[in-house]
Amino acid sequence: MKYLKFIALGVLFGIVMAKSEVISWYRIYEMFRFEAFHMYGIIGSAVILGVVGTYLIKKKNARSILGEQIYFAPKQMSITRYLVGGILFGLGWALVGACPGPMFVLIGAGFVPILIVLFGALIGTFVYGVVRSKLPH
Amino acid sequence: MMQFLYEPWAWYVAGPLIALVMFLLIYFGENFGVSNNLRTMCSIGGGGKFSKFFKINTKQQYWNLAFVLGSIIGGYIGVQHLSPNKAIALNPTTVEHLAQSGFENIGNDYLPAEIFGLESMTSISGLSILLLGGFLVGFGARYAGGCTSGHAISGLSNLQLPSLIAVAGFFIGGLTMVHLIFPFIF
Repeated sequence: MKYLKFIALGVLFGIVMAKSEVISWYRIYEMFRFEAFHMYGIIGSAVILGVVGTYLIKKKNARSILGEQIYFAPKQMSITRYLVGGILFGLGWALVGACPGPMFVLIGAGFVPILIVLFGALIGTFVYGVVRSKLPH
Repeated sequence: MMQFLYEPWAWYVAGPLIALVMFLLIYFGENFGVSNNLRTMCSIGGGGKFSKFFKINTKQQYWNLAFVLGSIIGGYIGVQHLSPNKAIALNPTTVEHLAQSGFENIGNDYLPAEIFGLESMTSISGLSILLLGGFLVGFGARYAGGCTSGHAISGLSNLQLPSLIAVAGFFIGGLTMVHLIFPFIF
């Protein structure tokens, strides 16, 4: 039952993704053409609140529900992996109009072709794992 | 209240709710990053036989799989029960541009039939687009160490420079696809 709260959060996330049309290919297309504020408003307001909240959690040494102090692991600095990986991700995001979260939301909404996109994403993840040691990071 | 639920939600409703989801995940002792589940799924599928990248304790990721299960249910509820009108109010300029590229019924549903219709699933070119797009998302997310949730929301919230570089990459890739590559595909 300890997973129930995560399922509940996922349900909320899925509903928000659907109701704000983030799951729509058109919204992603419109965003990359700079023809609507919608997506920028969503990501921007989430990040602004995120920055404030993260700052407060650190400042107050806030604890999690488990009683442990909340710790934010810093990401290891590099340029190649974030830039190249990010560009490849962006190419795919714009092509199929869905990043990983919305993919699952769309499957729940009943869009069968997204199963092929998800299958592609799993192959992509698998291939990365196999060729990882040969890539610059 | 019910009327509000059935209308499309504005950015200032969705953005804060996404931040709320992230903070509740943090409060529950975890973090917001959906693409990690793809790695977990590869591990469960036996990926560990091919790369030690997939030799992870999948049990520690069950919470995230539970989150994904919830997202699937949320997508079903949000689309099938809370959205009587599925038309997307797009910028008329966007609609006109898509019409010129040969798209029809623009914005009448979440996804265009030109890419996600039944024909796409039964033609080589259609299948290739779906598979390639997915492949790039999966490969790119792991190479960059995160996707929109892990880098654009969580990483930027923690003022991580690597996440800013990744998000810049997301946009370089997305802009290249939409402005330079789409004219050759559509």
